[in-house]
Amino acid sequence: MSASPKTRIIGTPQLRKEGVDKVLGRAKYIDDIDREGLWYGATVRSTIPRGLIKAVHYDPRIPWHEFVIVTAVDIPGKNQIQLIVADQPCLASTHVNHPDEPILLLAHPDKHRLPEAVAAIRIDYEPLPAILSIEESEAQTEIVWGADNTIKRFHLEKGDVDPIWATAAHIVEGEYRTGAQEHLYIENNGVIAEYNEEFGLTVSGSLQCPYYVHRSLVVVFDLPPEKVRVIQTETGGAFGGKEDYPSIIASHAGLLAMKARRPIKLIYDRMEDLAATTKRHPCRTRHRTAVDKEGKLLAMEIDIATDSGAYSTLSSTVLSRATLHASGPYVCPNFRITSRAMATNTVPAGAFRGFGAPQTIFAIERHMDQIAHVVGLTPDEVRRRNFLHDGDTTATEQVMVEPVILDTLLERALAESNYHARREQFLQENSNSPIKRGLGIASFFHGCGFTGSGERYLNSLAGIDVTPEGKVRVLVANTEFGQGTHTILSQIAAEALDLDYDDIIIAPCDTSIVPNSGPTVASRTTMVVGKLIERSCKQLLRFLQDSAYLASSYSKAGFFSACELYRAQHGKVESLCRYEAPPNIFWDDQTYRGEAYPTFSWAVYIAEVAVDTVTYSAEVTNLVTVQEVGRVLNPTLAAGQIEGGVAQAIGYALYEKVQLKHGHMINNQMTNYIMPTAADVPPISVIFEQIPFQHGGYGAKGIGELPHDGPAPAILNAIQDAIGHNFTSIPLMPEDIFDRLSFAQMLEEVHA
Amino acid sequence: MRGNPEAHELIAPSSLSAALGYLAESPGQWMPIAGGTELMVAHAAGRLSSPKLINLWGLKELSGISATDETLTIGAGVTFRELRADPIVASDFPLLALAASWVGSIANQSRATLAGNIVNGSPAADAPPALLVYDAEIELISLTGRRRMMYPDFHTGYKRTRMNPDELVLALHLPRRFGRHHTYLRKVGTRKAMAITKVALAATALLDGEIISEIRLAAASLADRPVRLVATEAALLGHPLSAATIDRALRVMLEEAKPIDDIRSTEAYRRHVGANLLGEFLAQLVHTEGAR
Amino acid sequence: MTQAAWPTIDFTVNSNSVSVAVPPMKRLLNVLREDLRLTGAKEGCGEGECGSCSIRMNGQLVNSCLVPALQAAGTTIETVEGLGTRADLHPLQKAFLECGGAQCGICTPGMLMAATHLLAQTPNPTFEEIREGLAGNLCRCTGFIKIFDSVIAAAQGAELHAR
Repeated sequence: MSASPKTRIIGTPQLRKEGVDKVLGRAKYIDDIDREGLWYGATVRSTIPRGLIKAVHYDPRIPWHEFVIVTAVDIPGKNQIQLIVADQPCLASTHVNHPDEPILLLAHPDKHRLPEAVAAIRIDYEPLPAILSIEESEAQTEIVWGADNTIKRFHLEKGDVDPIWATAAHIVEGEYRTGAQEHLYIENNGVIAEYNEEFGLTVSGSLQCPYYVHRSLVVVFDLPPEKVRVIQTETGGAFGGKEDYPSIIASHAGLLAMKARRPIKLIYDRMEDLAATTKRHPCRTRHRTAVDKEGKLLAMEIDIATDSGAYSTLSSTVLSRATLHASGPYVCPNFRITSRAMATNTVPAGAFRGFGAPQTIFAIERHMDQIAHVVGLTPDEVRRRNFLHDGDTTATEQVMVEPVILDTLLERALAESNYHARREQFLQENSNSPIKRGLGIASFFHGCGFTGSGERYLNSLAGIDVTPEGKVRVLVANTEFGQGTHTILSQIAAEALDLDYDDIIIAPCDTSIVPNSGPTVASRTTMVVGKLIERSCKQLLRFLQDSAYLASSYSKAGFFSACELYRAQHGKVESLCRYEAPPNIFWDDQTYRGEAYPTFSWAVYIAEVAVDTVTYSAEVTNLVTVQEVGRVLNPTLAAGQIEGGVAQAIGYALYEKVQLKHGHMINNQMTNYIMPTAADVPPISVIFEQIPFQHGGYGAKGIGELPHDGPAPAILNAIQDAIGHNFTSIPLMPEDIFDRLSFAQMLEEVHA
Repeated sequence: MRGNPEAHELIAPSSLSAALGYLAESPGQWMPIAGGTELMVAHAAGRLSSPKLINLWGLKELSGISATDETLTIGAGVTFRELRADPIVASDFPLLALAASWVGSIANQSRATLAGNIVNGSPAADAPPALLVYDAEIELISLTGRRRMMYPDFHTGYKRTRMNPDELVLALHLPRRFGRHHTYLRKVGTRKAMAITKVALAATALLDGEIISEIRLAAASLADRPVRLVATEAALLGHPLSAATIDRALRVMLEEAKPIDDIRSTEAYRRHVGANLLGEFLAQLVHTEGAR
Repeated sequence: MTQAAWPTIDFTVNSNSVSVAVPPMKRLLNVLREDLRLTGAKEGCGEGECGSCSIRMNGQLVNSCLVPALQAAGTTIETVEGLGTRADLHPLQKAFLECGGAQCGICTPGMLMAATHLLAQTPNPTFEEIREGLAGNLCRCTGFIKIFDSVIAAAQGAELHAR
């Protein structure tokens, strides 16, 4: 492992840049903000999954003249939300394709009048048959999207799988399912929109990607880019749920603001946010694997289908990542991976931490344990025999040119969890106890940043400027929503300029001020944008030194004096850099071959569970995480990401179930959508190995999403270890464990 | 927030008799509100149907826990936090203190009242199973007088009680005679804290040698209301604590339980886990008995 | 009913006397946020499940989204705004800052009030007591681990160093 260069600020637990305001309760989230003359907005939504809108009736009891009402006809530009494919309307006009689809908007100065008004609008539909599952969509009894309900498909081949089946020692098959999941950020979606003829449209709100929103508003309002301004306000959690959805709520508030000629605040309450906004794509993965008698993988055939909901949103990129993570961190000479994103008449799915990887990593890691059982190996040994190493190729023929240390991670995780000894202990104790305990392993990678040429396409621009008051200001469109953007980028700038952490400030995340440094997604901020900041700082030093304002060795005072001299000459002190792709990244979008990701983070997680056979409840009693993530720039923030991601993934595995009736979420309250509380989380160990990645900011790779990939399969592997049953679907509820155990008991009794 | 604060009147009479006066004058018009942990949720969801509410929070006639040698009297307005903190509840009625610790969160326990938990009538409520196995008596009051009934008689159906529109709960009375009983209470919820009950079982029992001389069993979410499992009790009462008795009792309970499928759990799960809880309790009894 | 018809409700917030004329069924959460411009308490769920509206009322921890304004009359209320100042952070605020107890920060005000309440009742809580004391406050970012660390640090009165 190469040693990291010595640094003063990088690698130290600098305090959260905006932390003081947060602990004082003075951080201003969008609902904390007021405007003179503000009105409030509300949305009227579809109550059916699919159908034609025949008529809209306004109950005459309501004084409608007091309200501003917006429908699709009020849209000045295109009735289309811009994302990858522009198939999603901003407001439904002639037909609806999912429950809770927005149809009408209302505004009123008194927010208490809105719920009654929403309820007083009755819409007549002509219902059409709705598709509500992946299987129904594949069956094509109704076509609800495109020609065949298929939003995207991928097909990836390596070697030749077909001849292998006949001669393989073992063939193992399995089908694995993952459910929808709600982000459950504690701050609901919300925006304030303001419009006037002179300045155009300004939308402020809780969001991850101001330029995504900007792009969509430009089209919906048919305004030139300089007349649309998007400002991110302090954001109370996102996890991908505020990547694409804000374009919709921003458009809605903007339309009301334009028609009302007043600022509009549009904030969802929890019931609306749960029912109407994006969720994680449900997924079905089928595996067929040929292994030799030593348990070495010979051929893998994998078929993946995701439930995208009614519109495409980000489904093609989620499918891409799902496809590229489906094979696991293993060597196999022959692959066939086919995948499809299927449309259904449910609320469109969207981005959520992991973005397709948690779904297919669940499948492969469960499947590896089944392979272990069939061949007669322990779960750690089957993995050991198949791990990727330096120089091996992946399913896309990407050569592992960066070090791969899965063996080290595995050994460390086994030691930290006392895996073998505890398994032995549980084997003894389980037969005499109603509580059955077990351990399970998951080994996985997460591709860092955008797939293939995605980052080139983004063409991010970022940098710094220096204020006359003597601060270096980071200029990025990347957002802070708890993961540490502001802190990390400040650390990078301070290190690169040899200044102090407190000399750095972050420019407001306002599209009229900051360049488009790309979205805050895909675990790219530290790695990609951090690198841009690092380069911009070094570029500024070169500007100053080339002009002889600054010597090669300087003091803080010297630096800022040099900047003022520079300012006098140039008018401003600014240094921006554009993204440069690492060399030797070649990616073929057609054949899905080449360098899928510039680099990977790697991990082995081990979960310990206890299953109570009185209540059939499974709980996680310990979770050990060992990961190689490049350089850790801030140990407190990094550990916080792992711990938070693990807790969220524990919810994904055992607690969080989206319950739909006719496509509408019926458990849309926090009482009934269950996330783990402080009483439910296990001890979580966080161990980092660090191999600096030269193309990442100060050697960083990505860590934000990695921790959501591993826990769910590790937990279900542990449950199988504890009670001997192979559960292939999450969320796994006590009722599901009960159903299986009582079925098994019934079979026993029948055969007794 | 889907409710409209301006659409509701909330009056705060300064005494219980004044409050009862309003209820007597316009029965069914004034919805009582104490800690608000149910009604304010309905208000936020736009489901608070009554335009008129009457405040009971802070009425001293409904507050306080008092004890004689024979009886513990708990005021209707006593919160779950107060229940947890009371030394006689802890010593004489530990199941009630345990149930109180499971209500919502610390913040909910400081506001949710015992009567509110009962009157709401949910079959999943936390306090009723403990009250049922402690032979609680409920006292109601109206302007015209007071009356008492054994607590099992209070609930008549799904969210229906014997309370008249002009009545309020005044207090719960618990006989202080369970000091030697074996006790059991377990709640099965969706997570370890802030969980709505999927099924819960409470039990108090006395053994005379190996004969079950007293047995009370009460469940949450195994019927349309909080119930005593009378058939299961009958299968145990007077019988020796043997494998055969236990087996028969479990079978009776599987029959007697009438849970439903709902958003939180399934009928089959509730039924079988309820029986498992009984099995767990009876196994504990056997163990304690065997240890003698 | 018009505004003039609402009786005033008097109480104390962070040692200041306040008097508001609001509908009696206005939620205390909204009175704090709108009438008193104390926006520290947040609305995360409106059902008393998330705890982001937590405050202390007469020394008890309550979810302010579940308290009708009328019931706040005559009470002593403490919110996060009264805990500390920029120049003089409360030890819990300092601990949250130094231990990473706040990420997105939206649960932080409520979490701080719950932690304040816990330490007021139990100055040396066990780990299980910390879990229980915070179980009514949902955090989606941290997994609670560094929140536990923060409360332990504050309870121990440890002076932590940032570097």
